[in-house]
Amino acid sequence: MSATEFHRPELVCPAGTPAAARAAVDAGADAVYCGLQNATNARNFPGLNFTEEEIAETADYVHGRGAKILLAVNTFPPAGKFDLWRGAIDLAVRRGIDAVIVADIGVAAYASSRYPALRMHLSVQAGASSPEAIRFYCEEFGVKRVVLPRMLTVSEIADIHRQIPCEIEAFVFGNIGMMAEGRCSLTNYATGVSTNMDGICSAAGDVHYDEDAAGNLTVRLGNFVLDRFGCNESAGYPTICKGRYSCSARTEPYYAFEEPVTLNLSALLPDLMRAGVTALKIEGRQRSRAYVKAVVAAFRKAVDDIGAGKEARLADLIALTEGYRETEGAFRSKTWR
Amino acid sequence: MAHSRPAIVSGARNAPPFLLDIPRRLLSIVPLVVLQPVLDRIATHVARSRPRLFARLGPHTDKRYLIDPVDLPFVLVLIPNSAQPFLKAFPRDGKVEYDAGIAGRFINLLTMIDASLDGDALFFTRDLRVVGDVEAVVALRNALDDCDGSIVDTITGAFGPLSGPAGLALSVVRRMTAGHRPV
Amino acid sequence: MAIGQEKAELTLGPVLFNWQPERWRDFYYRIADEAPVGTVYLGEAICSKRGPFFDPYYEPVVERLTAGGKTVAFSTLSEVMLRLDRQMIERVCASPDLLVEANDASAVFYLRGRPHHIGPFMNVYNEQAALALVQRGARNICVPTEMPASALRELCAAVRTHMVTIEAQVFGRMSLALSARCYHARAHGRTKDSCQFVCENDPDGLDLKALDGRSFLTINGIQTLSYDYLNLIRQVPDLCAMGVARLRLSPHTCDMVAVASAFRDVLDRRIEPDEGMQRLNALQLSAPFSNGFYYGKPGYSLVNPEAARATV
Repeated sequence: MSATEFHRPELVCPAGTPAAARAAVDAGADAVYCGLQNATNARNFPGLNFTEEEIAETADYVHGRGAKILLAVNTFPPAGKFDLWRGAIDLAVRRGIDAVIVADIGVAAYASSRYPALRMHLSVQAGASSPEAIRFYCEEFGVKRVVLPRMLTVSEIADIHRQIPCEIEAFVFGNIGMMAEGRCSLTNYATGVSTNMDGICSAAGDVHYDEDAAGNLTVRLGNFVLDRFGCNESAGYPTICKGRYSCSARTEPYYAFEEPVTLNLSALLPDLMRAGVTALKIEGRQRSRAYVKAVVAAFRKAVDDIGAGKEARLADLIALTEGYRETEGAFRSKTWR
Repeated sequence: MAHSRPAIVSGARNAPPFLLDIPRRLLSIVPLVVLQPVLDRIATHVARSRPRLFARLGPHTDKRYLIDPVDLPFVLVLIPNSAQPFLKAFPRDGKVEYDAGIAGRFINLLTMIDASLDGDALFFTRDLRVVGDVEAVVALRNALDDCDGSIVDTITGAFGPLSGPAGLALSVVRRMTAGHRPV
Repeated sequence: MAIGQEKAELTLGPVLFNWQPERWRDFYYRIADEAPVGTVYLGEAICSKRGPFFDPYYEPVVERLTAGGKTVAFSTLSEVMLRLDRQMIERVCASPDLLVEANDASAVFYLRGRPHHIGPFMNVYNEQAALALVQRGARNICVPTEMPASALRELCAAVRTHMVTIEAQVFGRMSLALSARCYHARAHGRTKDSCQFVCENDPDGLDLKALDGRSFLTINGIQTLSYDYLNLIRQVPDLCAMGVARLRLSPHTCDMVAVASAFRDVLDRRIEPDEGMQRLNALQLSAPFSNGFYYGKPGYSLVNPEAARATV
């Protein structure tokens, strides 16, 4: 394969804190994405995210090194609280953010009418998974890039690319929630905290770990048991979609939705780049900067190697994965569905 | 307080390699009366040099965190209050009250605090255990992760050339974590 | 359309489960003849693979419903990804005389500029989103199942002067999540492509139990629903007062005519909400009722409306 087949994709990297943003840029990120310390973004976790002052400082650092900073405003404001989301968009403009990542139609409408020059990306939380859905957001709100849901095969991505007027950003590494993004109320059903409206999946305050004398770990969310791990069994995120359940069709409890695994598409990078993907996204604003540094550096090298016509040799990232297991999810084959 | 147990677990499941055992061996012979002034100094120094850490903790600055290095004979209790930081060692077999607890091998706890090891990854492999108020633990982890550079460097830098076993132990730990590349 | 003053209308949402086509037909015949509902949503909202089985029956069902005085609307797929999904959307939206409820943005893509409904999978949580869609032709918006009353009240107030009505589900298992993966197929060791339509064995969904034996969720192909049945019959006066114009019943195998009659009687003040509740309790469903989302509480919880009012 020749290097000229590809344009150099942008590496879009997670930043839960200013320190993580700097680590990502230093490790070779082309862009970092971050969120404010409130419900306006889908990683509204304790101790995480940015104040306006930190956004400003980080923007300076990132811009000073030729990279971009994106602000995720990608949750759904409930009626009566829209001002908080409006404020996040205003802040992005005030602080020179390169693009906002939005999901709600109301937020998109506000941003496009109030700030026509503000670059807008469509969050994966909008769940736009067909050319028509994507074109709707492009034509009505001027969206410039879509972050595709993690449910499509590479050939389906290539097919979409041919039919839409905007750029494509695709996830290449990280936590792979099993449910269609922006269409999941499981946490709210168990805890009263909404992923869509509050930006929290499996709120830490509702997660309980109980380990017995033999080292068996029981994980609960609210009043519901999600899983039990034997003393030497590796664990995953305490989310409903990664839990084990029983049903009449099975004799034993099973992972009804998905096992604890981490998406790793490093082997598919050349295919994704050929499919017309403009930006490669790494998940993990909730992870440490040790994770950010390791994953970003590995993907930076891989992308650069592919761009130089060399074979990409991916550093082993298995140590950072959930359940110590990796998957290519939907991207390689339809049988994943 | 929701929890009152001497320690989260009684011992490490996996025997650490000999090299990783050095700080444990050194710290295990330090009497708590010698260790306590060192801990006081660490707490005060971190509080003074890392003010943003406490802002990130939000409502959790008055929580009692039990930090349980499972391969050491003592446990630590941390109250990350910026005005009155509290870090105290208790014997492992004593009764300790806490809101949230983190347990793991000493070297893993230290490298995680130092942001060179990923807490989620440690949790996935069951090398890190969390009990009680999980939100408080997540907040502390995220707050520590925003601290630039090495907290261990900050701590050891605060002491200068210390004599005695505690200082020696910390400096060994510092050198080890500098060379430790778990990712 | 005047809102708030008029009596609210009952609607019947689309059958979400994979019923035998004849059962499906007979269900709608009975609804046409006996159920006091104003609008009936037809169509496959969950899985495009199921769609063709029902094609032969649409015409007689629509005829019967229309003859019974019902307005018929077509609900589109909630998740549109495959070629087959997209063809279904394009086909349904192609006839200008059909009233269509859009459950994803690809349907809105086709429907913009002409009157249509917005379904509960479209994530309309606020007035800005609602008004952006009203500008593009939306005339009725069904809110997501997790929408709390506090936001619903604000939404109704904000759109009061616009040409749009607000609808909310008041009965039936609550849709909680969609996925690209078919969980019915997975439960039976198959994949979505090789599913052999195992979902047809579970006309109210397949129950999932947590490891402690507690019933938790229900799976229906790519959809995950609550184990509990949403029941807002005691909140009907509250819903009408805030201006919700349409109350949606989601079909199950229980006696939906009895369900609709109980809600209609409460709407018409022929019976008190408590008596309506007793009538629904008498149906002896296999799972408990809940209403937590309405109160901003965990969805599975059941809040007593008097207690909730007392704490406000």
